[in-house]
Amino acid sequence: MKNSSRRGFMGKAFGAVAGVGAVASLYAMKRSWDPLPSVKAAGFTTLDMSEYKENELVVEKWRGKPIFVLKQSKEMLDTEDKNMSEITGKTTSAMDKKRLLKIGGEYYMVCVGLCTHLGCIPGYRPDKKDFLCACHGGMYDDAGMVTKSPPPRGFDIPPFKIDGMKLVLGESSPEYEKMLADGVTLKV
Amino acid sequence: MAHFTKATSLHDWMNQRLGVDTLNRVLATEYWIPKNINFLWAMGMILAITFGILLISGIFLLMYYQPNVHLAFDSVNYTIMQEVGYGWLWRHVHGVAASVVFLIIYIHMFTGIYYGSYKKGREMIWISGMLLFVAFSAEAFSGYMLPWGQMSYWAGMVITNLFSLGGLHANGLVEWIRGDYVPAQAFLNRFFMLHVLLIPLAIIGLIALHFGALRIPHVNNQDGEEVDFEVESKKYLAGDTKNSKVIRFMNDFLAKDMMVVGIYLIFFFYLVFYHYDFAMDPVNFDPANGLHTPTHIYPEWYFLWSYEVLRPFSTNVGLIAFAFAQVIFFFLPFLDRSPNAVPASRRGLFQIWFWAMLVDMIVLTAMGKVPPEGSFSVIGHYAALTFFALWIALPFITKFEKKV
Repeated sequence: MKNSSRRGFMGKAFGAVAGVGAVASLYAMKRSWDPLPSVKAAGFTTLDMSEYKENELVVEKWRGKPIFVLKQSKEMLDTEDKNMSEITGKTTSAMDKKRLLKIGGEYYMVCVGLCTHLGCIPGYRPDKKDFLCACHGGMYDDAGMVTKSPPPRGFDIPPFKIDGMKLVLGESSPEYEKMLADGVTLKV
Repeated sequence: MAHFTKATSLHDWMNQRLGVDTLNRVLATEYWIPKNINFLWAMGMILAITFGILLISGIFLLMYYQPNVHLAFDSVNYTIMQEVGYGWLWRHVHGVAASVVFLIIYIHMFTGIYYGSYKKGREMIWISGMLLFVAFSAEAFSGYMLPWGQMSYWAGMVITNLFSLGGLHANGLVEWIRGDYVPAQAFLNRFFMLHVLLIPLAIIGLIALHFGALRIPHVNNQDGEEVDFEVESKKYLAGDTKNSKVIRFMNDFLAKDMMVVGIYLIFFFYLVFYHYDFAMDPVNFDPANGLHTPTHIYPEWYFLWSYEVLRPFSTNVGLIAFAFAQVIFFFLPFLDRSPNAVPASRRGLFQIWFWAMLVDMIVLTAMGKVPPEGSFSVIGHYAALTFFALWIALPFITKFEKKV
């Protein structure tokens, strides 16, 4: 009787210590799978916005992801009203203005070039002025608003800071914070 | 301490220490298999042998493969394919086996469904088998990452993005799984580890469980007949082998089994030597490029049906549909409300259900392969809806099934 209660106590004591050890090990294992500090630290890209041409998509790279830069022509800004969102059924022009970056008097679309459905890179069709994702048939207009599902939302916009004609990606600014607050983009 | 005597032979020496005779009796010569079965009962052995082939070819690939984003592609496509003596053989054997193993798994599964081999005490066989299916799927996916071609990269991108869980935007979880913002070095390294160590260990453990689960309920037979293995085996051991309904696993059953395995291996090596290209996507012969998506991203043929289930819907609904398709087969023993464990041909409506499910999965597979446009998109959509309708209907049609 005395022995068995001692065994019981030893069993519980071992269980308690092993339990703490198991939780601690799980935490260490979780941390080992985290992105490395070097991976997280790399990740500022500076773009010179004066180099882009109207209606010509340029793909830049930021944190390994493609960044779409599309300078808007007068025509593209004017024809926004024709773009109807299949999802909301509303014209996208009001959203368009909020999504575009105004730098040096010109409007630019600057977005992460990954389909918000499952992350494929949609292709730009300059004649139709839209993006088509080949994976599941999602479509976006020339300001990155989604016009055909399955993508749940327009292209995400990376954190940016406007500095004259320079654009720094990876650094936040009041303009970007406003976009987040307005629900124009999700945090990338 | 146990009593040991001077050994009369090497066999006796081993027998005293390891009990090899007992082991042989329990595992082979007195493990009883019903006589009333057909070639479809050989699929288990074919799978075991294919797994062995994957293991051996994998060991040779492992000696030259470099899990590094700069070196991986060339280590496969140049070093292994061009430089290593017979390296091409291991690669083609590994690639073909990885594809064919799923064909056999599906035949094995649908055999089980047809003959009702997932109920009346055989539930754990079914569940452990489904766990093996999941483990093999994970093994296939992680292996597909390793050549680090365009399809590797973009399949990795798309599948890990599923873990953002749609509307929940769990980007932190996706980045945690990848170890980076996009699939990169950390991603390749951890999937390499999963492919060559952790998942194979899990598979070996699950195979042991699968075999163990078979032990008490025994193998089913063509008529779903409840064989009294105790009585029948006694009959067999007493010499009345003709009237006994069972035979020994070894050598009796294994002799027939290996006959089917032999035919399978001819088919298998025919593919390896003359049609290995079916298991090699041409797009994956372009090195991974994070700034360029291939025109069409589709998985290997064995994942197409579950991919097609996801495709016609919006993100959230699609994800739920995908999750449903992944787990629903686990619940088959419990969704089938009928006590009949007999072939589908004798089960009325269930027979229609069985063939409808089989045809629907073939349609889903075909539609998953073609671009999601026009009538293909429509057919895929209805096939996906049919898939769910069939599963919802299953408890009802089996509930009212006549007892046979």
